[in-house]
Amino acid sequence: MDATRQPKLEAKNVRLSYYNERMKRRLEVLDGIDLAVSEGELVAIVGPSGCGKSTFLNAVDGLAKPNGGEIRLDGKPISAPGPDRAVVFQQDSLFPWYTVARNVMYGLDLQRRAAKSEVRARASALIELVGLSGFAEHYPHELSGGMRQRVNIARALAPDPELLLLDEPFAALDAQTREFMQAELLKILARARKTALFITHQIDEAIFLADRVVVFSARPARVKEIVAVDLPKNRNLEVKLQPRFRELYNQVWRLIQDESARAGMALTGEA
Amino acid sequence: MAVTPADREAIAPGEHGDAAPQRSLWQRNENFLLGVVSVAAFLLFWEFSVNLNWVNPLFTSSPSRIAATGFEMFRDGSIYPDLLVSAQEFVLGFGLAVLVGVPLGILMGWYSRLNAVLDPFVNALYAMPRIALMPLIIIWFGIDIWAKIAIIFLSSVFPILVNTMTGVRTMERDFVKVARSFGASDGQLFKTVALPSSVPNLLTGVRLGLGHALIGIVVGEMNGASAGVGYMMTVAGATFQTDKVMVGIVIIAGAGMALTQVLRMIEARFDAWRPDHHV
Repeated sequence: MDATRQPKLEAKNVRLSYYNERMKRRLEVLDGIDLAVSEGELVAIVGPSGCGKSTFLNAVDGLAKPNGGEIRLDGKPISAPGPDRAVVFQQDSLFPWYTVARNVMYGLDLQRRAAKSEVRARASALIELVGLSGFAEHYPHELSGGMRQRVNIARALAPDPELLLLDEPFAALDAQTREFMQAELLKILARARKTALFITHQIDEAIFLADRVVVFSARPARVKEIVAVDLPKNRNLEVKLQPRFRELYNQVWRLIQDESARAGMALTGEA
Repeated sequence: MAVTPADREAIAPGEHGDAAPQRSLWQRNENFLLGVVSVAAFLLFWEFSVNLNWVNPLFTSSPSRIAATGFEMFRDGSIYPDLLVSAQEFVLGFGLAVLVGVPLGILMGWYSRLNAVLDPFVNALYAMPRIALMPLIIIWFGIDIWAKIAIIFLSSVFPILVNTMTGVRTMERDFVKVARSFGASDGQLFKTVALPSSVPNLLTGVRLGLGHALIGIVVGEMNGASAGVGYMMTVAGATFQTDKVMVGIVIIAGAGMALTQVLRMIEARFDAWRPDHHV
C-alpha cells in the first residue's frame, strides 16, 4: 500500500459493544479495529463465526454505531448511511414487489438526484454490466439465485458509491454458481473501478477476490493479521489450482483455526 | 454462468408452457368440469326427489320452482326495490369499512402508540360477534337504511383493519435494513417497504370483510327492516313461501361468489410479485 496517500477508508481503534438482553450483560463485539483500505483495493475480511465481521461492515455502512474510535471515508467521519457507500446484501434482500429495474433504481429513486430518464438509462446500463439484459421487467422470484445476486450488485452500484460493501453475498449460492459469481464479481468490479470491502466465511473466496485478506480474531474482534495476496491481479478461476493459492489458503486457515480454538469453538470443515 | 435447469427455467419462463403437449378438453379443465358435473348431479337429484314425491316441496322447494319464482320476480319487477335497498346498504357500509379500515389499519401498524391506544377497543370489538350490537343499533338508528349500513360497516371494518395492521407490522427486518442502508427516510421506508409488503394482507382483509358484510346485510334486514333481500326472505319465510326464500339465498350466495371472484382477480393483479400467485 502506498503510505504517502490518504487511504480511501480508514478505521481507527473502532470499538463496539451493546447490552445483550438475553445474556443480561454487555457484549464486546469490536475491540479496537484498525484498518486502512486504499483506492481501488479489494479487501476481504474473514474470521471465526460470530466474530463481528458483519457488525464491522454495518459500522462502516453507518447502520451500527461504534462506541469508540472512528471510521473515515475520504477523510470524512461516518455516522449514518450515505450515498458514498452501498451494500450488496445476502440473496433474499431484493424487494420482491419490485421488478429488476426498480430494484436497481432503488437507491437513486430515494435520493431524487437525477431525472427519471437518467435513472432509467443508468439502471439499464448496470443491468447490462451484470449480464442481465432482457430481464429488467422480471420479478426477483423469476430469477435464479446467481441472477438475483447480479441484481443485488447492480443495485449497490447504481448510486455510484465510493465504497462497495459486500456482506457474504454468495453465501446462499450453490458451490458451482458461487465460483462462477466470484469470477463475475472480479470482472464487474474491474469494469466499475470500485473500492470494495468484502465479508465472507469462505477462505478460498477471500483469497481469490481480494488484494489483502484481513483475519479477525474471535470476539471481541481485533485485526489478528493481514495477509497480502501476491497473486496476479487479473485472476481467473484457474488461479485456485496454483501452489501459491494453496499456501495462502493454509496460512489463513491456520490463523482462523487458532482463533476458533482459542474461543473454544467447534471447528467446522471450512473455518 | 453454468446454466442449470433452474436457470433455464428462470431465463425462459413460459417456454415450457408455450410448447405444452396437446391435452384433451377434459384434461385441461378437469377440476372445473368435475365441479360442474357434481352441481348438475345435485340439482337433478333434488328435482327428482321432489317430482317423485320423496320430499315435500313446501319444505325443500325445487330447482325448477326456484328458477320459475325468481324469473317471475324479475319479470314483474317485485324484486327490484329489495335488491336496490340491499345494494345501497352494501355499497355504503362496505365502502365505508374499506375507507376507514385500510387507512386506520396502516396508521395503527405504523405508529405503535396509536396502536396501544386503540388496540383494546379493536380487540374487544373484533372478538365479539357484532350481531350482538343489533339491538343497540336499532335504538340509535331505527330500522331505516342507516341501521343496516351501521351493522354492515361494523361487521366488515375489523377484519380489514386488523389484517392491514398486521401486514404493515410484519414487514421483514432485512428489507428495513436494506432501505435504511440506501438512506431511506421514515416516509420512504413506509412507501417502499411497509406499504407494498402489506398489500397481500390488506387484500385478504378486504376479502374477509366482504363475507362479514354479507352476513351483516342479512342479519340487519332480518332484525327490523322495511325492505331489502333479507327482509323479503323473512317475510316469505314467515308465510311459507319457500321458493321465494330460496331465491333470496341464491341471490345472496351468487353476489358473494361474484364479489369474491372480483377481489381474487384484483389480488392476482397486485400480487404479480408473489411466486405462489402465478397461474
